[in-house]
Amino acid sequence: MEAGKKKISKRIPSRTESLADVREFIDHAARKYGFSEDDIASIILAVDEACTNIIKHAYQYAADKEIEISIFPGTRSFEIRIYDNGNSFDPSQIRPPDLKEHLGHKRRGGLGVYLMKRLMDKVEYNYIPGKRNEVRLIKYRMDSTAQARR
Amino acid sequence: MTDFKIHHRDGEGVSIIELKGYLDAHTAPDLETAFQKLIDEKKYNVVVNCRDLSYISSAGLGVFMAYVEDIRKNMGDIKLTNMSAKVYNVFDLLGFPLLYEIFKDEQEAVLRFGERKK
Repeated sequence: MEAGKKKISKRIPSRTESLADVREFIDHAARKYGFSEDDIASIILAVDEACTNIIKHAYQYAADKEIEISIFPGTRSFEIRIYDNGNSFDPSQIRPPDLKEHLGHKRRGGLGVYLMKRLMDKVEYNYIPGKRNEVRLIKYRMDSTAQARR
Repeated sequence: MTDFKIHHRDGEGVSIIELKGYLDAHTAPDLETAFQKLIDEKKYNVVVNCRDLSYISSAGLGVFMAYVEDIRKNMGDIKLTNMSAKVYNVFDLLGFPLLYEIFKDEQEAVLRFGERKK
């Protein structure tokens, strides 16, 4: 078991091209931690969605910005913290998506946050306006069996 | 680099779009371009074969939602086929099976377009 190891971090340029690198970084760490294939896929997608939101909304596609991703593989939980210095995001503004409302709209939003909440056990946002935003994504080790029963 | 490819072929009254690789925020614009081209060419019966689609994020799902209305207004549809369990799971989490016809096999989707003409 890899539990209890210290954090692993990566900085990536805030560009959609970076998403493939992000997925590879998370895949490697989640696999090493011992998650099932389903859980690995869920964590990868949740982190992709969080980074996509930062690239699109926090940094509004400014390519010279950076995103920092830190992974904390704990004894009972695998936690990913994602930091940016862009516009703060208020998750309370996001409602569960009504797909029928989305149909036909070229402008999309809210689907990623909804997916993150469905895929992870816990999603938290912390921000100091104008300074730093943090998204915490947590997956519990024991949850792999609970998820299979859903 | 994100690996994503779109291959387009025309069947009898149906356009088949084959997706391969990773459909994310980086590659979603390629799919938008493909759907827009079909609409411009008035090709409204669309089957999207996802056999080689390894990954999809909400950016990719959003493209399906953005274009299906225009296509349905013109008496067409987007039907999805050949999804892996992993890709289907993402569509399912967002409730897509209620809004889209999803088939195991491309031929079933093509036949469904044929049935509607009768």
